[in-house]
Amino acid sequence: MALSEQQIERYSRHIILKEIGGAGQEKLLASKVLIVGAGGLGAPAALYLAAAGIGTLGIIDDDKVDLTNLQRQVIHFTPDVGVPKTESAKAKIETMNPDVTVKTYSLRATAANISEIIREYDFVIDGTDNFSSKFLINDACYFEKIPFSHAGILRFFGQLITVIPDASACYRCVFHSPPPAGVVPSCSQAGVLGVLAGVIGSLQATEAIKYILGVGDLLTDTLLTYDALTMEFRSVKLNRNSRCALCGDKPTITELKDAEQAVCDLKGSPND
Amino acid sequence: MKLVINGEEVKSKGGLSVSELLVEQEVKMPEMVSVEINGRILRRPEFDTTVLNEGDKVEFLYFMGGGSGAE
Repeated sequence: MALSEQQIERYSRHIILKEIGGAGQEKLLASKVLIVGAGGLGAPAALYLAAAGIGTLGIIDDDKVDLTNLQRQVIHFTPDVGVPKTESAKAKIETMNPDVTVKTYSLRATAANISEIIREYDFVIDGTDNFSSKFLINDACYFEKIPFSHAGILRFFGQLITVIPDASACYRCVFHSPPPAGVVPSCSQAGVLGVLAGVIGSLQATEAIKYILGVGDLLTDTLLTYDALTMEFRSVKLNRNSRCALCGDKPTITELKDAEQAVCDLKGSPND
Repeated sequence: MKLVINGEEVKSKGGLSVSELLVEQEVKMPEMVSVEINGRILRRPEFDTTVLNEGDKVEFLYFMGGGSGAE
């Protein structure tokens, strides 16, 4: 697919980078990225991926825009309150960059529907807010062999890891299974600095773009943590866990299942 | 004795299990923490049976949700 003159102009700051060039931009335009959750993390990821000229963006979300979302979910505007997040996100992306085809899935990702969706994509961004979805995405991407970026944010803290199934540590290698029910207050109780979602969601978009281009080092076997209060980033090296229930030597999880629990964050800060 | 916890040198009483270290270091919600020692992720039952040694590199890794923000 050759770039049009308008595309050469639109993406000129990419094309001038030797790591991207015209060929890299064509790769981006031919690529497909799925964003699960058009919220705090998914919003900045979707906007930057759209601006970058990712040819197809899929967006899964079953929620409607709420006034409390607007503090951080920058793809949704005040008149969008009450509108499905998929519709709101699609409208912004299409206005920003007509090169992008947006596919919307106004549903909740479950074990019954997620596999057939994700296998259409080259890379998945986990922008969900609850642990059952995070484990579901991890497991589904493992079974379908689709690389993905996992991230979480809370109060002033964020973290992310990139998983290449069978090649790098998965979310279960580190976190095993969802935390016990009842120990975790709701998202709305814990709070989150809005801009933190922008930082971490943009890093997820960066990983997607690097993966598609095949440039640089991905956050594989590495949990990158960020503390907005101290402005410290830390790379925590991880290894694949041979005892992982999903991707270890003797897996006990051999098919996709819905987790029972759906809470989203912890009250105490990591430094407490 | 000295340990390195989340990249920072920390003094510990010494001879503690991981469960005891979580108490000593005042980790408030230990059920929300995954523990890596010298690059190896522990299973939860190992928290009681794994004893720390001088200079061990310990990472407390926290569950974090957040993201799409459905309340």
